[in-house]
Amino acid sequence: MHNLFFQSLQVGSTATPEAVQFWILAPLAVLAALGMLLVKKAVHSALLLAWVMITLAIFYIAQGALFLGIVQVVVYTGAVMMLFLFILMLVGVDSSDSLVENIKGQRPAAITAALGIVGLLLSLIGRATVNHPAVGLDAINASGNVQGLANELFTKYVWAFEVISALLITAALGAMVLAHSQKTKSRTSQRDLSIARFRGDSLAHAAGLPGSGVYALHNAVDVPGLGPDGLPVEASVSRVLEARGDMIATAPFELTEIQEEEK
Amino acid sequence: MTNSELIGTDPGWIILVKGVLIFVICVVATLLSIWAERKIVARMQVRIGPNRAGKFGLLQSLADGVKLALKEDLIPKAADRIVFVIAPIISATACFMSFAVIPMTGKVRLFGHTTAMQLTDLPVGVLYILAIASIGVYGIVLAGWSSGSTYPLLGGLRSSAQVISYEVAMGLSLVAVFIYSGSMSTSSIIEAQNKWWFGVVLFPSFIIYVISMVGETNRAPFDLAEAEGELVGGFHTEYSSLKFALFFLAEYVNMVAVSSLATTLFLGGYHALPGLGFTESWLGGWFTMVWFLGKVSLFFFLFVWLRGTLPRLRYDQFMQFGWKVLIPVSLVWIMIVSTLRVMSQQGAPRVVVVAFTFGILLLVFSATSLVDKNKARIKAENRESLKNFPAPSFPVPSLPGKTLNGAEEING
Repeated sequence: MHNLFFQSLQVGSTATPEAVQFWILAPLAVLAALGMLLVKKAVHSALLLAWVMITLAIFYIAQGALFLGIVQVVVYTGAVMMLFLFILMLVGVDSSDSLVENIKGQRPAAITAALGIVGLLLSLIGRATVNHPAVGLDAINASGNVQGLANELFTKYVWAFEVISALLITAALGAMVLAHSQKTKSRTSQRDLSIARFRGDSLAHAAGLPGSGVYALHNAVDVPGLGPDGLPVEASVSRVLEARGDMIATAPFELTEIQEEEK
Repeated sequence: MTNSELIGTDPGWIILVKGVLIFVICVVATLLSIWAERKIVARMQVRIGPNRAGKFGLLQSLADGVKLALKEDLIPKAADRIVFVIAPIISATACFMSFAVIPMTGKVRLFGHTTAMQLTDLPVGVLYILAIASIGVYGIVLAGWSSGSTYPLLGGLRSSAQVISYEVAMGLSLVAVFIYSGSMSTSSIIEAQNKWWFGVVLFPSFIIYVISMVGETNRAPFDLAEAEGELVGGFHTEYSSLKFALFFLAEYVNMVAVSSLATTLFLGGYHALPGLGFTESWLGGWFTMVWFLGKVSLFFFLFVWLRGTLPRLRYDQFMQFGWKVLIPVSLVWIMIVSTLRVMSQQGAPRVVVVAFTFGILLLVFSATSLVDKNKARIKAENRESLKNFPAPSFPVPSLPGKTLNGAEEING
C-alpha cells in the first residue's frame, strides 16, 4: 500500500546537501511557526513569521524554483510583512490581542471556512501530484527558470493570471473605498496658518508661541516659561498638556530670594 | 567567455577568497567614503574637514571607529533586549550580501585562476538585491520598535512606510532594464549594454532609479527615519558603541551597494567609457575594476552633493512625491518602453515608431502645459484670497502677490 502510494507520487530521492539543509532549516521553520502562535507580543509573531517565509524561500531555491524563492522574499517578507509591522507599530508597542468575540457565530464560520480551504488545497495538490508522472526540474528549467515560468504563465495560464490580477485590483479598490472618508473642509495648510497669524486680531504671537520654561532644576515642555515681568506665560505650554492637567506650577523655579532681599 | 561561464568553473577556495576580498573592499570603501563625505561636505561649506589623523585626515574614520568600539554599550531598560541586539546585526549582514551578484571586473586572473570578480551569477540577480535590501530594512524598523522610546519608534515607522513606497518605484524603474536586456542577471545586463548604456537609452528609468535609491538608503534629502532636527537620531537614538557602529557601517555599505547596482544597470558596469575600450585589458583585466569603482564614486559624490545642497523633505511631501509622481511616471514609461520594444521585435516600419514617439512627446508636452496652467490658476486664487484679510495698520514685510507700489490699492 505504502509503496503503491509513493510510486503513484513519483517521488525521487533527495540529494545529500539538500537533505542536510532540509534537516537543519525545517525544524527551525517549524519551531518558528509554533513560536509565532505562542509568543505574546505581536511584533515577535511578525518576526517569526518573516523567518518562516525566508526559510521557505531557501527551500524553494534549493529545489530549483529560484524566481519563486526570491519573489517570496521581495513580496512577502519585504512588502507584506513590512506593512504588517507598520500597522503593528501604529497600533502600539504593547497592545495585546483581545480575546472577546464581537461577531456571533464567528468561530463555527471560521472553522468551516478553514476546513473548506484545507479540502480545496488537498484536492488541488492531489490532482496535481497523484498519477502524474514527474517531468523533473531539469526539463522544466531547460530554457531558464524565469523563462520557463513566464512561458507557462503567459500562455497556458494567462486566463487564470488575468482573473487573479482583476481580483486583486478589485480588492485593492474595495479597501480604498472602505477606508476613504470625505473631508468636510480642506486641511489648514502652513500657508493658511501663517496668514491667519499675521492678519488676525492680535500680533502677539505672530512670530510663534513663546518657548516653555528653561530652569536650572527643570527643563521640560510641561512648565510655562517666565515673561519679562516674571510671571508665567500660559501660552508657552502645549494646549494638550494644559487640558490634561499636566502643567507644572512655576512657583518653585522662580527667583524668590531676590524678591525677598528687595523687600 | 561571459562572466557567468567564468564564474561557473571556480573551485571552492577561489569563491572563499573572492568572498573575503569583497568584504574587505566594502569595509575599506566605508572608511574611505566616510572620510570623503566629510571632506567634500566641508569643502562645500568652505571648511577644511578632518585633517589631523593621518595624511589628509585619511585615518579619521578609523580613529572614530576605534572610539565607537570603546564606548559604553547601553541597552535601555524599556528596550526589547533580543530584538534590540538583533536589529543592527540584520542591518549590517544584509548590506554585504547584495555585493555577491555585482560584477566588479571582467575576465581577470586571481591566484593563477581565470575568473571574474563576481561571487555568483544568479539568473534573477537584480531581484535578489531587491530582496536583500528589503530584509536590511528590517534592521532599521526593528531598531525603532525595540528601543522602547518615542522618537526611535517614529523613525522606524517612517522608515517602513518609506521603504514600501520607494521600493515600488525602484522595482518599476528596473522593469524597463529587464525588458531591454531580456534578462535579470547582472552580468547579462552588462553584456546587453555593449553598444549603448541603459542610462542613455532608458534615461527616465535611470532618473527614477537614482531618486528611489536615495530614498531607499535613508539619505538626505530623504533621511526622514533619522531626521536629527525632528527625531533626535531617529531609529538609532538609543544605540551606542558597536551596535551604533554597525548601523553606521550598514548605511555606507548600502550606499556603495545601490551605487554599484546603478553602475551595473545603467552605466555599463565595469566596462570602460566608449572609445576607451583598450584600457580594459590593462593590468591583466584588473583595470576594469578602476572603471567600476570610478563610476561608483561618481554616484557616491552625487549622494554627498545632495546632502550638502538640499534640505530635508517634509514627510507628506515625500510620500506624495513617491506615490503620485514617481510610481505613475514609471508605470507610463514602462508602457512606452514595452510598446517600443514590441514594435522593434515585430519589425514595425520606422514611420510607425517615429510617429509613436512623436505622439508620446506631444502628449507629455500638453500634459505639462496643463499642469503649468493649473499651477498659475491656483497661484491667482491664492492672490485673491489674500485680499479678503484686512491689512494690518503697521509695517509688515510685503506678502507674496503684493508689490510695494500696489500696497495702497489692496489696503483700500
